[in-house]
Amino acid sequence: MSSTLEKLRQAAAPPPEPPPPKVAPRPERDSPGRRALRRFARHRLAMLGLVIVTLFVVVALLAPLVAPYDPIATSWARIRKAPSGAFWFGTDENGRDILSRVIWGARASLMAGVVSVVAAVGLGVPFGLWAGLAGGWVDAVISRVADAMLSVPFLILAIALAAFLGPALENAMLAIAISATPIFVRLARGMALEAKATDWVEAARALGNPPWRTALRHVLPNIVPPLLVQGTLAIAEAIIAEASLSFLGLGQQPPSPSWGSMLNAAQRFLTQAPWMAIYPGLAIFLVVLAFNLVGDGLRDALDPRSDKNK
Amino acid sequence: MTPALEVIDLAITFRTDRGPFRAVQGVSFAVDPGRTLAIVGESGCGKSATSLAIMGLLPDSARITGSIRLAGQEIAELPPEPRRRLRGPAMAMIFQEPMTSLNPAFTAGEQVAEALRLHRGLSRGKAAAAAVAALEQVHIPEPGRRAAQYPHQLSGGMRQRVMIAIALACRPRLLIADEPTTALDVTVQAQILSLLAELKRETGTATVLITHDLGVVADQADEVVVMYAGQVVERAPAARLFANPEHPYTVGLLGAAPRLTGGRGRLASIEGTVPDLMAPPGGCRFAARCPFAVTLCHLTPPPLRTLAPGHQAACHRAPLSAILGEAA
Repeated sequence: MSSTLEKLRQAAAPPPEPPPPKVAPRPERDSPGRRALRRFARHRLAMLGLVIVTLFVVVALLAPLVAPYDPIATSWARIRKAPSGAFWFGTDENGRDILSRVIWGARASLMAGVVSVVAAVGLGVPFGLWAGLAGGWVDAVISRVADAMLSVPFLILAIALAAFLGPALENAMLAIAISATPIFVRLARGMALEAKATDWVEAARALGNPPWRTALRHVLPNIVPPLLVQGTLAIAEAIIAEASLSFLGLGQQPPSPSWGSMLNAAQRFLTQAPWMAIYPGLAIFLVVLAFNLVGDGLRDALDPRSDKNK
Repeated sequence: MTPALEVIDLAITFRTDRGPFRAVQGVSFAVDPGRTLAIVGESGCGKSATSLAIMGLLPDSARITGSIRLAGQEIAELPPEPRRRLRGPAMAMIFQEPMTSLNPAFTAGEQVAEALRLHRGLSRGKAAAAAVAALEQVHIPEPGRRAAQYPHQLSGGMRQRVMIAIALACRPRLLIADEPTTALDVTVQAQILSLLAELKRETGTATVLITHDLGVVADQADEVVVMYAGQVVERAPAARLFANPEHPYTVGLLGAAPRLTGGRGRLASIEGTVPDLMAPPGGCRFAARCPFAVTLCHLTPPPLRTLAPGHQAACHRAPLSAILGEAA
């Protein structure tokens, strides 16, 4: 009996002071985007990727200022010189500075990557949304075309299209964009199908939203996260594709520098002048790795299930 | 007075791989402005299909026959575009799941404002202000602050209030509430129901309340339609239905509802299961589960008969008072 009383007394005693909350109270307008941004900022590898990407973008934008030499100026006096204080990355078979060419080549690579993916998203997402939301024969036609394009390997399709369009950087970008489009059609269609079954899309329809408005104002904002992830990863692929097309002579045309065409020139001198291959190869490797890191980080940040790790 | 909504002999058939599925047959009812009609029945009895048919939201695989009149206007045969224009200003719907019926990508205020911009053509700024006023009207405390919050920051009851604010933003003549309180805590249920009743008094909106909760019906409804296996089995003013049920299924439903007064015995349950609507039985669809069934019940489907003014039941053995008297 007394022990029960003791327990009651303990229960009635004021509880100890609660520890101060460790995290700052959430800001009022705690949008899903902001939460994702916070998670992304905590992702170390993704931030590293972002730093590398930013570095390349800045260097590419400031190419005329940061490149020590003219990237297309040839000189018989300095053919295939090894890296030195004057030429950090060495020179190529025409005596051009490889550092300057790598810097200018970043423009072609990044531009090809970003422009072609933006075009692929702009082309693929509307068709994907349309297919997913409309269903029926619209879906059948769009999906079969996308399937047909996906049945051809990405690079083979890009090479075929680039060869058909003619060798030029713009055509290479167009070829890459078209080859990357079906991925976004499929992604947007799948997400639209998923969204179509949700209660909030049903509620939007019950409010009298016309189909296009349901698609753009209600479904599209909710499929941005996976599109962002896929888009970032696709940039990495597009950069490899541009390098491959340029390697084959279907992209950036000489004498304009491009990492792919530099590798092509380098292959004849791999044993005598390995630096000709190493530096553009390293640039491709770094940029592609960085975009992949950013893409993975975005995926972790935008996927609510990754919350449990934090 | 023209009823706000009149449904006459509605039938809904879904095309399926196994053949036509007759989800709803011969359903008729009417709701006057400012009144509440409850549609009661267990899962799969066709009450949700009926509400989606009224809204015009059934999938393409559904075929509708019969008549749906909104304030006297026939809408069952309307093409999709004019039909869509009715959703929002003429009729709106509240869904069962407030947790998932709001768009996760937008704030509560944005979603109310969206409805106002869509149907009233308000500017962005005016719609935002009107949205806060609408949230205040559904008794959300600190509406200005709540308007800036996302659905994940709101509780279930709060979200259902937002859904109601969205549905009523355009002052619809008809509001369909499909199990509006099923997913909520009991205390919150009462709040939401009194809110709906208050808004109905203020706006004169006709309400169709879909539910399986007879407590909600007793609280809210003026008239009740009881559905079983896709058909109306009984239709009566709410008070009369509770006092004097005339269909054995209704009697069973009332027996299955827990009461505060009365004994502490086990709740009555209805034996058996709902018949397969792909191959419905020939006679009364409830016959197999009915304690009062006679041979006639298994052979001929009972018509809906008027037993008293405003009170109809589809039962061969109605009025049941005689049989219930015998049993006692």
